[in-house]
Amino acid sequence: MIECKNITKTYKNGETETDVLKGISFTINDGEYVAIMGPSGSGKSTLMHILGALDSPTSGTYFLDGRDVSKLSDDELADVRKNKIGFVFQSFNLLSRATVMRNVTLPLLYSEVPKQKREMLAKDALTSAGLEEGRWNHLSNQLSGGQMQRVAIARALVNNPSIIFADEPTGNLDSKTGEIVLDTFQKLNEHHAHTIVLITHERYVAEHADRIIHIQDGLIIEDKENSAKRVATLHHTHETT
Amino acid sequence: MKLPDLLSETYSSLTVNKVRTGLTMLGIVIGIGSVIAMVSIGQGAQSSIESKIQSIGSNLLIVTPGAQRGPGVQISEGRGTAQTLTQEDADAIIKEVDLAKAVAPEISRRYQVTAKGTNTNTQVVGTVASYPTVRNVEVDSGTFISDQNVKSLSRVAVIGPTTRDDLFGTDSDPIGQTIRINKVDFKIIGVTKAKGGSGFGSQDDMVFVPLSTAQRYLAGDTYVTSISIAAEDANSMSAIQQQITDILLERHNIKDPTKADFSVINQADIVATASSVTGIFTILLGAIAGISLLVGGIGIMNMMLTTVTERTREIGLRKAIGAKKKDISTQFLAESIMLTFLGGLIGVLFGWFFAWLISTFASITTTVSTTSVMLAFGVSAAIGIIFGYYPARRAAKLNPIEALRYE
Ligand SMILES: Nc1ncnc2c1ncn2[C@@H]1O[C@H](COP(=O)(O)OP(=O)(O)O)[C@@H](O)[C@H]1O
Ligand SMILES: [Mg+2]
Repeated sequence: MIECKNITKTYKNGETETDVLKGISFTINDGEYVAIMGPSGSGKSTLMHILGALDSPTSGTYFLDGRDVSKLSDDELADVRKNKIGFVFQSFNLLSRATVMRNVTLPLLYSEVPKQKREMLAKDALTSAGLEEGRWNHLSNQLSGGQMQRVAIARALVNNPSIIFADEPTGNLDSKTGEIVLDTFQKLNEHHAHTIVLITHERYVAEHADRIIHIQDGLIIEDKENSAKRVATLHHTHETT
Repeated sequence: MKLPDLLSETYSSLTVNKVRTGLTMLGIVIGIGSVIAMVSIGQGAQSSIESKIQSIGSNLLIVTPGAQRGPGVQISEGRGTAQTLTQEDADAIIKEVDLAKAVAPEISRRYQVTAKGTNTNTQVVGTVASYPTVRNVEVDSGTFISDQNVKSLSRVAVIGPTTRDDLFGTDSDPIGQTIRINKVDFKIIGVTKAKGGSGFGSQDDMVFVPLSTAQRYLAGDTYVTSISIAAEDANSMSAIQQQITDILLERHNIKDPTKADFSVINQADIVATASSVTGIFTILLGAIAGISLLVGGIGIMNMMLTTVTERTREIGLRKAIGAKKKDISTQFLAESIMLTFLGGLIGVLFGWFFAWLISTFASITTTVSTTSVMLAFGVSAAIGIIFGYYPARRAAKLNPIEALRYE
């Protein structure tokens, strides 16, 4: 569960100070599918970095599953990320010359999961992320964008985190493959009860979530249930694109 | 991260760019290889010189005429020209130095030696029956000079294998034949065993005759050119050296030991002097090769720094999925150590091969010792740590957010 109160983030660059987040408060419960939406430069990624324990807020409190993570050291934050958080990035960030399997098992190396169990967990994650088995031993740079993003989703899932953060996950994909990725999130949320925080600047993408937090200039301007929820429209022919 | 995982991650990272990894490793291979080869030449020289010195006898002391100017330094000026040692000096040493196992005075000079139609210029040594014991000479066929030969001024000779080959042809049997030295005929009664070594002063190119005969027919006086003494064991060497010095000082009526007209050289001193010279030689060769190792190390650092920059996003990702600073720095350090360690391994084999080539085709003795191999491994691992440390630290310090954003 995410509980943040009055989170601010100020970047100092020499003399100039930039207030990127100016007091953000909200709660996300387990199993929610939330979109954080706002125009480019509004502070979405900055917020995600704080929520994802990649960064600490300048002020305010942030409780993740009941633990205050706003004042942790770098190594403590690394542990939080390892155990509770999965990331999906706009640019996938796969090890391009490694196989799909190696990419997905990578987080398990840092949590020292035994080798046999790693394979098993990776297969489960790849199945949940919807990547067909024939691709599991391909090199990741031999995959299409949509497939790469599903490998990235599997990698985010493999440690069984409490929350998955996806920063513009469809940003580098065409609309059809974007749909596939959104459908994957949908299923993960519905069938596996994963908490998903989807960050996007597109209202259309945000509308796939159950709740939309709309931010602008570092402030929440709207936070409400999504009444017009979209369901990803899939045609099976897209699977191979 | 567990060790096997770390190793397989490291291996994967290094094999991503095989050409670059190979070229970087080449620097270490050449560095370590040349250290091994160079040091093997130095150590080979050392061991061959030492074994040559050992081959002239064990626990040996040599008394030569002429003053001694420094420890272990033999003055060639004194040899042959100064005539201060006599047969009586040798007899006195035999009688009074009780720790000596055997004493062999000798008189030696180069002569033109002729046999039927052939001739050679060689070292003729007039000596006594104990010579083989003192100087580690073995008789291959026939017999060595006996006490009886010395007593009766026999004109008999024992020749070295090289001399035999020169005068009578390779592997012939010269026993019973006659050779002529300085217009005097000598009958050959024995041939010594080959000891190896070649060129001027080889122990295989010699003619031995009875001391008394040499004094009478060749030299015409009773001086000796040197007296060799074999000690019972290494421990009694310095005691014997002292005894001999005392006896000879007294016999020559010299009060001040610094004005002695003879010198007593201890074989251990010769070995020590020779070793210190070849030791410096080895260090020098090793140091020259070490420079290329240093250059190899800088190559490693260069590659690792490039890798860190190229893999900034990967580092960011690893941090995002839970890698700590230590995990990242360990990984990069492991990469540079594996690189230098493999380079070291190949370098050792390469150096070994090179040393073998040198000894086979240039007939220079080379010795690849365990110490130099261990040292090479140690040094290459150390280079991995030293030159990998800075890039690894730089990688570990990257901010994950900035690293993920890096283009
Ligand atoms: N390290 C930084 N230093 C200074 N300003 C930054 C830094 N990171 C982000 N910003 C600024 O913060 C603002 C919000 O950025 P970001 O959170 O990436 O927005 P979004 O993801 O919504 O597009 C931008 O104006 C950006 O320039
Ligand atoms: Mg952003």
